[in-house]
Amino acid sequence: MANIWRIAGRNLLRYKRRTLLTLSLIVVGVLFVSGFAAVTGSFKTLMIGQITDSFVGHMQIHRRGYLAAIDNLPLTMNLKPQAVKKVETLLEETPQIEAYSPRIKFGGMFSNFTETTNIRLNGVDPEKEARTVPLLLPRVMEGEQAIRKGEILVPELLARGMKVKVGDVAVVIATNKDGSVNGKQLKVGGILESATGPGGRDGYIHREDALEILRMEEMEISEIAVRVKEFARLQEVFGNLKSELSGERNTEGQPILEVHTWENLSPFYNIARMIDMMTLFIKLMLIAVVLISIMNVMIMAVYERIREIGTMAAIGTLPAKILSLFLCEGFLLGAIGAGIGSILSIAMIYAINLAGFTYDFGRQTGIVLSVSVDLYELAVISGIVVAVAAVASLQPAVKASRMDPIRALGYV
Amino acid sequence: MELVRAQDLTKTYGTGATAVPALKGVSFSIEKGAFVSFIGPSGSGKTTLLNLMGCLDRPTGGRLAVAGIEVGAFGSKDGARFRGRHIGFIFQSFNLIPVLTVFENVEYPLVMVQDVPAATRSGRILGLLESVGMSDQQKKFPDQLSGGQKQRVAIARALVTHPELVLADEPTANLDRDTAHTIIQLMKRIRDELGTTFVFSTHDARIIDQAEGIFRIEDGKLQPDGNRGGSHHG
Repeated sequence: MANIWRIAGRNLLRYKRRTLLTLSLIVVGVLFVSGFAAVTGSFKTLMIGQITDSFVGHMQIHRRGYLAAIDNLPLTMNLKPQAVKKVETLLEETPQIEAYSPRIKFGGMFSNFTETTNIRLNGVDPEKEARTVPLLLPRVMEGEQAIRKGEILVPELLARGMKVKVGDVAVVIATNKDGSVNGKQLKVGGILESATGPGGRDGYIHREDALEILRMEEMEISEIAVRVKEFARLQEVFGNLKSELSGERNTEGQPILEVHTWENLSPFYNIARMIDMMTLFIKLMLIAVVLISIMNVMIMAVYERIREIGTMAAIGTLPAKILSLFLCEGFLLGAIGAGIGSILSIAMIYAINLAGFTYDFGRQTGIVLSVSVDLYELAVISGIVVAVAAVASLQPAVKASRMDPIRALGYV
Repeated sequence: MELVRAQDLTKTYGTGATAVPALKGVSFSIEKGAFVSFIGPSGSGKTTLLNLMGCLDRPTGGRLAVAGIEVGAFGSKDGARFRGRHIGFIFQSFNLIPVLTVFENVEYPLVMVQDVPAATRSGRILGLLESVGMSDQQKKFPDQLSGGQKQRVAIARALVTHPELVLADEPTANLDRDTAHTIIQLMKRIRDELGTTFVFSTHDARIIDQAEGIFRIEDGKLQPDGNRGGSHHG
């Protein structure tokens, strides 16, 4: 087999310019695809990180049916302390869980004593919330990065619309699940930068303040946000958690709880999927480029070497070996192109990072484009190129192997 | 001892109204170690006969045995295997593989056809290159050689697998007079040394003079009065 590779390599060198042109095409294709995948992948990772770390968390646990009604923030679908305790025990016993944060979510009115508007609020345990969504407090644009009792973090747009500043006093009024209305004066502790997606414009208060506003006798919880230690193993942890939680059932035998990953909780998941689809189409274009260019080269190679193929066959070379020879040539072209393309892609990715390009996303401006080399993605792209190269050379190789030696020897 | 035996061999190209008979019932035999030539005008059937003996083509009728094996019904794979073991080819245009050196061209059938281990290949190749006077050119590529040198390499390649039969189609057609003479003498010497049977198709008088057996073929038939050496049966 080593000899077939050697002859295949020499055959590629026989037409240096043509081989170089084909290789260039493949290299440019690999560069383009890997560059696109790296940039979009980086964008995707950044945005997922922003969304999960700013407010959503990696997963959320709710009472069954809560998510379908989340727009109304129904207080009647809160988790009772007993259920919360069970879930907390399970989460603490799960080693893959980094942190969790129980939240009381409710809708209310925000008044600056002259104007009143709607507000969505999260009553949280500050320490747990900060560990579960570590980018929440860094979103505080003005004021201290803390959630204290008697204070409220007001979302940026609402603060601007209501003309409130850090240190101002406002009133939050809410209706509890029994229908009674209550209010509480809170000091504006900070102005919170908006984030993309639902929940990105919520206000935050201490959960004991929420308990007081909603006149709860015991700490009921709307949702528990969960952060895993390794994001790459999210699906595995999710699967285990789902299976564990499915054991909690009501008297009718129905599961009480439901757990969702960020993918079900944020519309950005659809954008992420669109990015994946675009990457897939770019890959399909690469396949077409490699397929056509290598097939073209190999068809030319067969036509130019008909007499040579005839000689090989006449000497006694079996058709399978002639087939292997041409397959090896196509494979080599693909492998060398993919190899050079991968090396240049890594160099290009480092160059992009060195250049420090910035971009804007929604209200966030000046985000530095930080791309990373995804070796798995690079291996997939290279694998596709090599496989397609082999497939593209199959038809010419079959043609060569089935050539009638007499006709081939007589070919001028 | 017979190496090739043909009985009432026919070959027709095409069918029906477009059928062209190339061989019309040819019978002959060639002894082992013979140095024989098929002669005749262009289109008489010489090359067709060589193709049949080389298992490159199948006869339409009759029987053909080479090295005691019926080869007339061989398919392409069986034919290739048989050629690899029993037959060497020398071509008019030398047909060396341009990307391989002289050494590698001679090595090619051992590697790609016979799977001979590396340890035994080198000695055999160098011995043959020495024998054809090309041992000092072994690292050159075909485009760096003269026509005569290329044909010497082609002879070494044809012989390296130790074939019983070497078929040479117009082997001197592209060579000048002196080189052609040298090549013929070389093949004869190798025949004497190794006992390999050489069968040519030619209309080159220089080969005809050197051949120990002649089969004259015209219009697809062996001419009974034109044969010398070998055996023509009817």
